[in-house]
Amino acid sequence: MNFGRLRPLHTNAVIFAFGGNVLIATSFYVVQRTCRARLAGGLWPWFVFWGFQLVIVLAGTGYLLGVTQGREYAELPWYTDIWLTVVWVTYLLVFLGTLWKRQEKHIYVANWFYLAFIVTIAMLHLVNNMAIPVSFSGWFSYSLFSGVQDALTQWWYGHNAVGFFLTAGFLGIMYYFIPKQADRPVYSYRLSIIHFWALIFLYIWAGPHHLHYTALPQWAQTLGMTFSLMLWMPSWGGMINGLMTLSGAWDKLRTDPVLRMLVVSVAFYGMSTFEGPVMSIRAVNSLSHYTDWTIGHVHSGALGWVAFVSFGALYCLTMWLWKKRQVSHALVEWHFWLSTLGIVLYITSMWVAGIMQGLMWRAYNEFGFLEYSFVESVEAMHPYYLIRALGGVLFLVGALIMAYNLWRTATGKDPAVERASDVPAQAVAAE
Amino acid sequence: MADKRERDEVTGTETTGHEWDGIRELDTPLPRWWLYIFYATIVFSVVYWVLMPAWPMINGYTRGTLGFSDRVNVAADVQDLRSARTPMFDRLANASVADIAADPALQEFARAAGESVFGDYCRTCHGAGGAGAPGYPVLADDVWIWGGSMADIEHTLRVGIRTEHPDTRVSQMPAYGRDGLLTPAQIGDVTEHVISISAANSRLEANASAAARGAAIFQEQCAACHGPTGAGDRAFGAPSLLDDVWLYGGSREEIRRQIELGRGGVMPSWEARFDPGTLRALAYYVHEMGGGEPDALPPSPATSDAASPAPTQNAPANTPLR
Repeated sequence: MNFGRLRPLHTNAVIFAFGGNVLIATSFYVVQRTCRARLAGGLWPWFVFWGFQLVIVLAGTGYLLGVTQGREYAELPWYTDIWLTVVWVTYLLVFLGTLWKRQEKHIYVANWFYLAFIVTIAMLHLVNNMAIPVSFSGWFSYSLFSGVQDALTQWWYGHNAVGFFLTAGFLGIMYYFIPKQADRPVYSYRLSIIHFWALIFLYIWAGPHHLHYTALPQWAQTLGMTFSLMLWMPSWGGMINGLMTLSGAWDKLRTDPVLRMLVVSVAFYGMSTFEGPVMSIRAVNSLSHYTDWTIGHVHSGALGWVAFVSFGALYCLTMWLWKKRQVSHALVEWHFWLSTLGIVLYITSMWVAGIMQGLMWRAYNEFGFLEYSFVESVEAMHPYYLIRALGGVLFLVGALIMAYNLWRTATGKDPAVERASDVPAQAVAAE
Repeated sequence: MADKRERDEVTGTETTGHEWDGIRELDTPLPRWWLYIFYATIVFSVVYWVLMPAWPMINGYTRGTLGFSDRVNVAADVQDLRSARTPMFDRLANASVADIAADPALQEFARAAGESVFGDYCRTCHGAGGAGAPGYPVLADDVWIWGGSMADIEHTLRVGIRTEHPDTRVSQMPAYGRDGLLTPAQIGDVTEHVISISAANSRLEANASAAARGAAIFQEQCAACHGPTGAGDRAFGAPSLLDDVWLYGGSREEIRRQIELGRGGVMPSWEARFDPGTLRALAYYVHEMGGGEPDALPPSPATSDAASPAPTQNAPANTPLR
């Protein structure tokens, strides 16, 4: 058991096990509600669910045993890749089938984002995992690409996993759960169209910014950087639509901690989608790359945006699916404040540690020798690692409080209530 | 589905008339500031593409009007650094101990180069400032296993300890306990004897009768390398047992354990990794850490072996730029 095996377990558990399941759950819920149609494909949605859980089990156990392709966020061996492809194509067909039989004239914006996420992840997965197995009885395989082409393919995948898994998919969540919980119309339909297409078109180019100052040709680095800069406003379009949907309902932030969680997630989304383009600038990247600043950036996105918008959606779904009046607001308040404090401690300590690390690595003395050895930069980060650990613990405690709250709400004696919008689909159709 | 546009009373904006599961949408125009910043990033990008290498073509790529190239710049930077340092490293490689002692500028350079190399390659084991760790000798004191003159230190750096280098420094203390060369009782007696002759006796207070029994065993088993008095012998890499400095720890149990196991560490040979100037700088830095001994006079040039390569111009390709 070592860092090399635990780290992919951590990243895959967060992105694919937690994030993936939240996306599958919310997309299946949202597409049915906004299409006024049951999921297509009979029992196939169950296949998607159990098939995906099998992927997670194979992934997690494999990583601990050292079974990995060694591609970041794409560590799955070839046979699990093939199984995931089958599951994912089924997911796509179920989603498309549900859209096909919808009883609404238009497709709601949340579904555009979910569909973009499902389609693009399929494409990324297929291209990045093109590999030749050494034998059909072993897990080892060789990538079809080599050298810098391989690196660029990997980061085309890696960055768009962020863009389409952790951004587009979760924007789908945002577009349904915020207007629903705030009970306000979405701020701007036009903005949703423009920022959707701009985001989809621009994101796919941004991958090379992970390979600044490497063997990757400089022209590719230029494109990666400039497309990342142009991505700033399309990303913020989602933030504006999320935040401004609150206009006329800002007072609810005081009384509804679930809505507050959703809205704060959008604020973190705005912050990390500003930080991302800044870090993609080559001059900034020469300082930030390989330092803990990157770790801080990733976690402001993962904890602040992805996790918080998921938590908000999970609270809503538990209330709605079990038809309960409320989750415990007191416990949500504890969750919200503990986790927010945890995120702030985490990302600020990583900013300081990362920038310090970068500055120490590039400090030269008058003879052109490095001022600090690597070990010294590691020693200097010690206090920040303690703060980071504390932040992580606070965040985890908040999540455990949520798990208890959700379980208690679902199993509690609180009588079932009908929400105004809980009227059956057929009744709405008859109106 | 309500397909009619209505006015939202809070914002005064019209809705699009669509509705999904109770969610409606306002027909708010694009925020101007949003649009203008979006345009600005596009304009910036287009200008950047004109100036810098940007778009792939059938043969090559657009090189940009500034003619900027990372590869050219890095090669020039490396060349600048080399031409700034090479003369100093060459002087250092050819300098005797006396030459260095007479040249403050050379000392300063050697100190800077040595510190940098030490930080990256030596510090992990020998600790900050050569403070040492169990199994890794302290370099800042005046206790030396293989000699503490600059020439001795440089030779140790070149050949390493227990390496595959043909001239490696090597010593092997028998594992008296593990290999059953002495009984546990005998090892206990030798331990007491070693404590009794060392400066550790004042804190550990050896058992006199056991130490007396151990003395006989010591003369038989240990004196050949550590000397009849236990003063050690650098020719064999046998540490002095008279002081209170212990490579594997100075408690009674730790001393006993070393007699049982006869442990010996490995230090890499650095001859193939560093050019002569860098080796000299490192030796100077370690020598200066606190316990350097004077070199024998007349100063023996440490690079006396004929096979030693000429200075930095033909240094090994993997010589770090330090």
